[in-house]
Amino acid sequence: MSQSTLEIWAIIAALGVGTFLLRFSFLGMIGNRKMPDWVLRHLRYTPVAVLPALVAPMVVWPQATGGDFDLPRVLAAAATVLLGYLTRNVLAAIGAGAVTLYAMLYLLG
Amino acid sequence: MPASTVKSAYWTGVRHGAPFLLVIVPFAVLFGVVGTEAGLNLAQVMGFSVLVIAGAAQFTAVQMMSDNAPTLIVLATALAVNLRMAMYSASLTPYVGDAPVWKRALVAYFLVDQTYAVGHARFEARPDMTLAERLAYLFGVITPICPMWYVMTLVGALVGQEIPPEFALDFAVPITFLAMVAPALRTAAHVAAAGVSVVLGLALAFMPYNTGLLVAAVGAMVVGAQVELWLGRRA
Repeated sequence: MSQSTLEIWAIIAALGVGTFLLRFSFLGMIGNRKMPDWVLRHLRYTPVAVLPALVAPMVVWPQATGGDFDLPRVLAAAATVLLGYLTRNVLAAIGAGAVTLYAMLYLLG
Repeated sequence: MPASTVKSAYWTGVRHGAPFLLVIVPFAVLFGVVGTEAGLNLAQVMGFSVLVIAGAAQFTAVQMMSDNAPTLIVLATALAVNLRMAMYSASLTPYVGDAPVWKRALVAYFLVDQTYAVGHARFEARPDMTLAERLAYLFGVITPICPMWYVMTLVGALVGQEIPPEFALDFAVPITFLAMVAPALRTAAHVAAAGVSVVLGLALAFMPYNTGLLVAAVGAMVVGAQVELWLGRRA
């Protein structure tokens, strides 16, 4: 790292402020003003629209294997989704994923 | 409003946030280790975790700083990684928009993937929650997650030991995120949105600065909304 102390702190501060402004954007500006129905209809799907796209590449091309397809990781992801869907329980889903991952890594090694 | 329901909303939030320690602890430690090895001093490593409080963006920034990327490119890339936070902000606004501005600012500061997804799922499932209960629940979820992000970053920076790869903790992020999403697949519209999200997320993974994620998310939101309308017309 060749940046000066000042540059490093400038990056940290700018990133902190920028990230806060992204997080505060709508919470701060819209507040309790009503948003139109069509906007709300789209926002309802934010979690299921963002998180799968964020995770899918990590499942299919895991960094730990240098991006190579890895059966234990894909099976663990499938088990997590299945248990989470059936039980609606986050902890059960995490447990299923962890058990599947370790079992498959052990068996398929 | 009775204080007891607010208090119980807080403790429910704490319980619902606690499982995410599984992912917060190893990744905070890892950030402390990676940041220190990259040449940041203790205050700078902690500055990242306290001021930015966004794992993926922190790792991105440190990686690019190690590669001696120009400062503006470092900032643009790391902020692009965090653009999804603006979507989170918009989608929580209908639920906590009535809160005073300082409380909304506090929620915003702590708006990480886990607090957002858990909070949104709860508010959607329980539309009769009061504002005070919603805020108490959110701060309950935040309680185990965010302070531990700071503490374990410090531990990583001081101890300097990564957790060995045999533990496969790289996969803690996908598993905990999928565990948050799966219970939210309540309707055909949610399933359709998630399906489009996966397909576009993979197809657009080549796009620079994480922009593929945003395109995928917008596409998936449009599909979810359209399927909802279509199902509503048929019903």
